[in-house]
Amino acid sequence: MLFRLEPRGERSGFWSIGSPVLAILLTIVTMMVIFALLGKPPVQGIETFLITPIANVSGLSSLAVRAAPLIMIGAGLALCYRANVWNIGGDGQFTMGALAGAGVALALPNGAFWWEYPLVLALGVLGGMVWAGLVAWLKLKFNANEILTSLMLVYVANLILVWLVTGPWRDPQGFGFPQSAMFGAGATTPDFGSTSIHLGCALAPVLALVLWQILGRSVLGFQLRVVGQAPRAARFAGFSNARLTWIALLVSGGLSGLAGIIEVTGPIGQLTTTITPGYGFSAVIVAFLGRLHPVGVIFAGLLLALSYLGGDAAQINLNMPNAITGIFQGVLLFYLLGADVLILHRVRRIRPRATEAA
Amino acid sequence: MILSMVTTLAMSVVAASTPLLIAASGELVAEKSGVLNLGVEGMMLVGAIAGFATAHHSGSAMLGVGVAALAGIGIAMIFAMLSLSFLANQVATGLALTIFGHGFAALLGAGYVGISAPVLHPIAIPLLSAIPVLGPVLFDENILVYFAFIMLAVIAWFLNKTHAGLILRAVGDSHDAAHAMGYPVLRIRYAAVAFGGAMAGIAGAYFSLFYSPLWSQDLTAGRGWIALALVVFSAWRPLWLLVGAYLFGGITFFSLYVQGLGISVPSPLVSALPYVGTVLVLVLISRDARRIRLNQPACLGKYFHATA
Repeated sequence: MLFRLEPRGERSGFWSIGSPVLAILLTIVTMMVIFALLGKPPVQGIETFLITPIANVSGLSSLAVRAAPLIMIGAGLALCYRANVWNIGGDGQFTMGALAGAGVALALPNGAFWWEYPLVLALGVLGGMVWAGLVAWLKLKFNANEILTSLMLVYVANLILVWLVTGPWRDPQGFGFPQSAMFGAGATTPDFGSTSIHLGCALAPVLALVLWQILGRSVLGFQLRVVGQAPRAARFAGFSNARLTWIALLVSGGLSGLAGIIEVTGPIGQLTTTITPGYGFSAVIVAFLGRLHPVGVIFAGLLLALSYLGGDAAQINLNMPNAITGIFQGVLLFYLLGADVLILHRVRRIRPRATEAA
Repeated sequence: MILSMVTTLAMSVVAASTPLLIAASGELVAEKSGVLNLGVEGMMLVGAIAGFATAHHSGSAMLGVGVAALAGIGIAMIFAMLSLSFLANQVATGLALTIFGHGFAALLGAGYVGISAPVLHPIAIPLLSAIPVLGPVLFDENILVYFAFIMLAVIAWFLNKTHAGLILRAVGDSHDAAHAMGYPVLRIRYAAVAFGGAMAGIAGAYFSLFYSPLWSQDLTAGRGWIALALVVFSAWRPLWLLVGAYLFGGITFFSLYVQGLGISVPSPLVSALPYVGTVLVLVLISRDARRIRLNQPACLGKYFHATA
């Protein structure tokens, strides 16, 4: 080996920001190689993937629509990961939020009450909290690994969704398609003007900023950081690990549930068998790329949202499978994790033995 | 009549258990060396498409299985490099492997949707396969069913009875002590991760070349994660993997049975049983935190950086 990693002894401030930038650059280069390997012109490929989708106003508004759920889920996951709680079930919490809110939206007479939409949103939050709370309860009461339980619950939530839209909640006027009736005007997320930008696009960054303030200024935020980085110190200080686990999971579940109910009452407008293209998993990358910081999450959410639009653009303009989105996201996370070694370590060339002895 | 029904049902249990057994026994070896690779699902998907594509073009399902193993190793090496050489967090890197594997398999598989490939055929073992019920269930199966049993026995023997297995366990329980004794910790871990990758790749090929022999994007449907749960369930003991895998196969059998009886339970809810079952099993097994702590490799998930 020609190089050796040497502990810095402290966190490098430069590299904690530099690492995601480096990772993004390396990902772009890798994507160009992949485009070339697939027989597409690399420069045109990366342009189609990253620039074409946001070259006009309607593209920018689609970006905001895609970023909203990623930012909401990602901000919650960042909170969890700070506390060393590995919630990867964002998609399940998203789905259960959507189902809880949709149940009320479908049951209430359309637009009869002014409080219908706020109630639908509140139930969305609650649905996500229940699904994540289940993970917290299983972890604290039975010591069950939260990675596995939160993931299993993603599959369970999705199958409950499929059951509801093919059975009890199927639209009788839907020609047998597996989907619910469209939500009425009283339970629809409002758009801004004539664009596709909706309430959630504004709510997502606001919630992230609120979370930032809470984390930065409260004792709770401090405790979360200590529990995550030095669990033993946290125990000696008397911080309740259980309480923090509950808070982290309930907050992130609530945010995912909110993202879910906004998605189905907004851009989608009804329940279908697929209401998320894997936002819950992309949000894991959002959280890491955003340095587990709510403000970072906003930027990371925009980039990951762009990768979804880029996949669609590559499919339409270059006749490529839109799975290219998943490749971009996976490669990006790989590079990010690799580059993060520079935060705590520096790279030293290993000199020949003779000079080393001197 | 009843005998043939029992045989059919038992065969469906074996069919559902085999890929879990293969993937979980590979992961068990990796975890015994101290590496927690959460990318099993991703490696399985890549193995599934690599095996399917190879079998489709070459006409040989066996060649497909071999290439699937190699593909599993290849993608596992990305994980190994990041988590072992670059000291990246193993949980995050494993997740990255699964996300990447999903995308990579979907990209490779885009041209293979709706195409067929040769499948793995049962190989009857002379004499033994003539035993009623047990014969067809255990001795007239495809080669990967035999492979799963043989590998499990080999792994149990390797870990518990050989010197190399002892070293592997030592690396997983105390990498510092193993390093001080002069064992190449990282090289051993690389090898264990590669083995886990090969087994996950083969488990993936089982899906695309036997269990549901058509390519679809989410072919493995979370089985890689269930395999991870099985390793916890087994408390890192190979023979208990067998119990866990067949318990899971039993749950799958039960859901088929319920549907077969014509009880009107909506099928999506029945399909949720294996996932709910996995959570329940995890809960039952993890309740005793001390038991988990006693059996879990002490360095599981921790990174190793030699200072001298």
